[in-house]
Amino acid sequence: MFPLIAENLVVEVKGKRIVGPIGLELSKGDIAVILGPNGSGKTTLLKSLHGITKTKHGAITWSCSKSESMAKQMFVFQSPVMLRRSVFENLTYPLMLRKTPKAEINRLAAEWISKISLKEVMHVSATRLSGGEKQKLALARALITKPEMLFLDEPTASLDGKTTIAIEKLLKNCAENGTTIMMSTHDIGQAKRLAKNILFLNKGKLESTQPAKTFFLEPISHNARRFIAGDIVE
Amino acid sequence: MIKLLKLILITYPLFCANASFSDSVKLAVTTSFNNSGLSDVLLPKIESDIGLNIKLLVVGTGQAMRLGAAGDVDAIIVHSPITEEHFVANGYGSHRREIMYNDYVIIGPRWDPANIRSSESVQQAFKSINRNSATFISRGDDSGTHKMEVKLWDLSNFNPEDFGDWYKSVGSGMGASLNISASIGAYILSDRASWLNFKNKSDLEILFSDDKLLLNQYSFIPINPIRHDHVESKLAEELENWLTSDTAKSLINGYEIGGQALFKFNAKQE
Amino acid sequence: MYDIWEGIIQAFQLVYTLNPDLIEISIRSLKVTLSALAVSSIIALPLAAILAVRRFKFRRIIIALLNALMGLPPVVVGLLVYILLSRSGPFGILDLLYTTTAMVIAQTIIITPLITSIAHQSLRELWSEYHDLLISMNTSHLQRIKTLLWDARRALLTASLAGFGRGIGEVGAIMIVGGNIDHATRVLTTAVALETSKGDFALALALGFVLILIAVALNLGTHWLSKTESEGRW
Repeated sequence: MFPLIAENLVVEVKGKRIVGPIGLELSKGDIAVILGPNGSGKTTLLKSLHGITKTKHGAITWSCSKSESMAKQMFVFQSPVMLRRSVFENLTYPLMLRKTPKAEINRLAAEWISKISLKEVMHVSATRLSGGEKQKLALARALITKPEMLFLDEPTASLDGKTTIAIEKLLKNCAENGTTIMMSTHDIGQAKRLAKNILFLNKGKLESTQPAKTFFLEPISHNARRFIAGDIVE
Repeated sequence: MIKLLKLILITYPLFCANASFSDSVKLAVTTSFNNSGLSDVLLPKIESDIGLNIKLLVVGTGQAMRLGAAGDVDAIIVHSPITEEHFVANGYGSHRREIMYNDYVIIGPRWDPANIRSSESVQQAFKSINRNSATFISRGDDSGTHKMEVKLWDLSNFNPEDFGDWYKSVGSGMGASLNISASIGAYILSDRASWLNFKNKSDLEILFSDDKLLLNQYSFIPINPIRHDHVESKLAEELENWLTSDTAKSLINGYEIGGQALFKFNAKQE
Repeated sequence: MYDIWEGIIQAFQLVYTLNPDLIEISIRSLKVTLSALAVSSIIALPLAAILAVRRFKFRRIIIALLNALMGLPPVVVGLLVYILLSRSGPFGILDLLYTTTAMVIAQTIIITPLITSIAHQSLRELWSEYHDLLISMNTSHLQRIKTLLWDARRALLTASLAGFGRGIGEVGAIMIVGGNIDHATRVLTTAVALETSKGDFALALALGFVLILIAVALNLGTHWLSKTESEGRW
């Protein structure tokens, strides 16, 4: 399905331009981090690349058909959306949609539930979990089908250190196992830890695309430089 | 489990709809016939004597005739001779067969503001009610009773349309109308049977009766099979024969409430 | 006041002695209304889900129409059904008039808009919660509807119970299409109407109290079975 190519992408909400025009290319195996200040349009960009937000202009093309690509992508939202069901049922929901056989479902569930350390609460209603537990569950739910593409929107924004470490570990793991990742963050440290490539977004425009090392040593964008230095960029 | 339960519940009434084992006849009768309690005596005997199950619909005279004209019932029992004759003349009913009669009475509050207790005729009573503008409840529903009431006003050259507020047309059945009279203490024309069986008499009493103008004739009309070929005309004939038999005669004449006989059998027996 | 007290006493007597007439009409009342409820739910719940999830041209009109139909006087429905089922009418050949089936038909027409409206409200709220997630997971319309219906089942039960309440207390329509025939189509509400018209207020009230008792018992039983109020399950 790769590469993912976006050309002249423009997204408007209620007549106001949020993102664009943007052009980018995502290759297989990348860990692309969209870095930028709050309000820069990271969420909108991710959602439109994933296909759940409509674009005003521009084209988003995978190398396969749109419906094929939807089946191989997963999205983790900034605020995890839990179905009003148990942890187990949430975790295995995507498998249930794909009519996976029961034995296989149970096997995968057992494997993932221990990876996210939620075994004790497996049959508790997912809405009763803490924020960090929900986000771990959302991530596991996204990864249980071994998607080729994973989008994440500020996945550890409001989480504590312990949970953040756990989540970043899972992400590194799934990248090693072949999943391509594109995620947004405003946490510079997280970008440093995870990214292969960094896309700097400011006021809806992609100001630079650089390999991570280069970005932090010699950022092309002036605003990026200020952002890294800790200034408020607006 | 839930699905099975739901399935049973949906289909069960469908099966029960026609689950009677004896032959059935749909008979529409007026509220005054039913409220007397006579049907509770006759129906079981009909079932045991000739194996006929009567599906009794108790409606107003107007509705009974409407149902008969539409062919939704097999026969009707009503008490409005002139309307009945039109009904038969128009081909809706095969013929009318007189079964029994009772009488109408004028009910009113104990204290009798129009003093009709001393009237010597029904016309005098009605004139007195009018003169005193005493509150009067009219059925107002084109029923047999209502038509009788209008006829009685007409005999004294009154037109109810011209009456003042004291005349209240309630558009209800006999029971409902009696309820209203009881609560506001008004005069009302009722058939004797409905009155005797009425359980909310409150301050009302029979204040005038026994004028031959107050005769109330009930007739049986089978629905014309030429108009509606699906009606159970054979069963209706069996019912008619039973209703005009000696068994019916003794049951009807013998039916009493509080020691009072209500109906007089007057069918011409062949 | 005497009548009310008399009514309460008579109600207890009728129930305590298991009065056969009372049992007969009570069972018939339940049969008719529960059947109508079953049919209504099968129509109303999926319809409510479709209205919540799919955007199509006449959606708003249908929703407005449903809300308006809730105000339809039952006796008008009864008249319409009578005209349709009458021997002189289009469906007379089915010979359904004055049967419990006709009563079920009339009640179904009356309670379906109510159940649909209430269910739609809950499903709409749930859909706005699940919207992004389910679209992201590439669910089909049918999968979305199934997920919503299952997760909203408690609210849907409430909608159904509201429909039940409306049906069990209805008298105008079933009087016309059922005819209140003794031992055939007489139910609790039509019996109340009959006894009232005979002036026997105490008995009418007694029957009314039995009706209320049945409705309360059913509601309590349903909530107990679905463990609605058990610990932590609001």
